[in-house]
Amino acid sequence: MLLLLLGIVLLHIVALVLLLVSTIVSVWTSNDTGTSDLWYNCSTATGGHHCNPASTGEWIQAVQALMILSIIFSVLSLVLFFCQLFTLQKGGRFFLTGTFQILASLFVMSGAIIYTVMSPEWVPKDDTYGYSYILAWVAFPLALISGLIYVILRKRE
Amino acid sequence: MLTVLALMSVALLGIVPEQTEAIVIYTGWERHALVGSDIRLACSFFSWRWTSEDVTFSWTYRPDGSRDSISIFHYTGGAAYVDNKGPFMDRLEFVGNPSRRDGSILIKNLEFSDNGTFTCDAKNPPDIVGRPSSVRLLVFEKVPIQAGVITGAIIGVVLGLLILIVAIYYLMRFLVARRVFSINVSKHGKKKKEGSQQKQGPVPPAEPSKVKAAAPEKKKQESRKDKK
Repeated sequence: MLLLLLGIVLLHIVALVLLLVSTIVSVWTSNDTGTSDLWYNCSTATGGHHCNPASTGEWIQAVQALMILSIIFSVLSLVLFFCQLFTLQKGGRFFLTGTFQILASLFVMSGAIIYTVMSPEWVPKDDTYGYSYILAWVAFPLALISGLIYVILRKRE
Repeated sequence: MLTVLALMSVALLGIVPEQTEAIVIYTGWERHALVGSDIRLACSFFSWRWTSEDVTFSWTYRPDGSRDSISIFHYTGGAAYVDNKGPFMDRLEFVGNPSRRDGSILIKNLEFSDNGTFTCDAKNPPDIVGRPSSVRLLVFEKVPIQAGVITGAIIGVVLGLLILIVAIYYLMRFLVARRVFSINVSKHGKKKKEGSQQKQGPVPPAEPSKVKAAAPEKKKQESRKDKK
């Protein structure tokens, strides 16, 4: 029982950490001379490491907002899980926790989709997607599964 | 001893005002404008002296990427001299009020080549020691949205909706508990929807079964009331 609890919390925390890394480190695309991401375009082209703020387009700001929202909702869901663990009656379901976690996963999915669709406008064609982008896509099913587990889970003793 | 003190104080009185007599010039830091529009570049100064009649203002312009400045405006002896040969020919106008320490100029019909740094230098004789101040002009085709505006807006709206939903939920629960609203029609026909004053003190434990709140929290609500 305790093992199950630990496993669920661990899954949740893993999803949260992936979200954090993906948003903050943010190597979303990379090429030979540099990386570009949600916040900065960094390049080592002209000798030395230069970082410029990313373009102020509307869509990239939407992606930023969605990633931040997904982190907030995931943290809220973790807090709610511990609250509900102690206040829920026996046999009850962690609906609220699951809802927040599923919402977080939906936000990550929307952010990643928007980035995929709009990225040809921002970055040159021969750029490859960096690891932060992949982490965002991995965090989405993890968060979704975690949320579904919360919804299905019933509280015992 | 007293004479030394008196001499020192006289010396201080003589020195200190001179150090504060530097003219301080104020312009903006950066100005954004659309191509084709007009823009007013403001310049004013602070000086300990009264505004003299020989006050002068002068503006110089340095294009982006160039190292040379060109003088485009000069006001002296009560007359304003605007650029009549350079890049701002026929586009510059003096809209300041020198007696009020305002040396602003108006540039009409902006072009992309007007991107650059404008420097204002003012002198208020005898107060002439000061640093000129510069304002950078950026000419846009369309005004870009500042970084972070949309981000903040989306986050704010979603969190606001969340807080609103939570607040409405707790409000409904509070109202239902106080018997102001009764949402469900039970078999006994107790359908009241009045702003009634039916405050029956502590809610009797049998009642909550007739009250249906929003579905997900039904069990929690009943369990909490049962625990009471």
